[in-house]
Amino acid sequence: MAVESFPVEFSHIMMFARAVGDDNPIYHDPQYAKGTEPGSVIAPPTFAQASAQFDPDYSLRPKPGKPWFGSGGSPSGVQRETSESGGNGGGLHAEQHFEYHRHLKPGDVLTATFRPGATWEKEGKRSGKLIFSESITEYRDQNGELVITARGVGVRTERPVEQA
Amino acid sequence: MALKASDLKVGDTHTERLVEDLKRTQLVQYAGASGDYNPLHTDEIYTTQVAGYPAVFAHGMLTMGMTGRMLTNYVGDGRLTKYGVRFTSQVWPGDTLDSTATVEKVSQEGGVKLVDLAVVTTNQKGVAVLSGYAQARID
Repeated sequence: MAVESFPVEFSHIMMFARAVGDDNPIYHDPQYAKGTEPGSVIAPPTFAQASAQFDPDYSLRPKPGKPWFGSGGSPSGVQRETSESGGNGGGLHAEQHFEYHRHLKPGDVLTATFRPGATWEKEGKRSGKLIFSESITEYRDQNGELVITARGVGVRTERPVEQA
Repeated sequence: MALKASDLKVGDTHTERLVEDLKRTQLVQYAGASGDYNPLHTDEIYTTQVAGYPAVFAHGMLTMGMTGRMLTNYVGDGRLTKYGVRFTSQVWPGDTLDSTATVEKVSQEGGVKLVDLAVVTTNQKGVAVLSGYAQARID
């Protein structure tokens, strides 16, 4: 898995900031941003996650002509996956970590490379067996410089998380 | 406005309300912006009838993104050097979230002044939905 080209664009930053409810003008007003310490529009701290938009194989985006597991005429477009080793409750995001070597700005064109990290299991009180898996993503800019190191941990649960 | 080392002490806190009565539409907005279209966050029929949850729920990364706004409002734009979280409980439509950063350490590394923060976001029931840390450059 890799993202070969993740162009960081002004309007994408604006929409992402809106989605997280952040009306800080440094994310949408170039004139204002000129007078700030970074000196230009920058991306909010979790923006790198939107690299999913540029991953051609990203599994959580419907693709033309391909089955999609969300509802249409029936509650799901595909048969549920089953697995004997747990994980029938589906995948959830357990942890996310970012290290910023510098902040992203419009005009940057990033590449992202992924590598798997550790995997481990735990017995959960509210969702049965939990299978954790870690992945490390390195974002590099158009000059090959490392700009963000991200570490994500996903968890597959045996059953949906029980609500307190 | 960046923070000044001389003004900070361990135990100082900064708190912001992140969202009041979280709307499903914001989950749709976040799906569109981030590219994570997992129906668990936007498709009530799939999520209740197939996945077995009581309702759609927020992307963890939406909670991390909203919490990030509290952090950048506190430490200033472009100042974060690290930010990491664990998602400790799900966030549901209707939730009201508050987030607090607490100063854990003020230090200097190779001429760069840094603050280490503990970060926690809680819902209207006082349940932590996100806990983590951040580090930022300060003056």
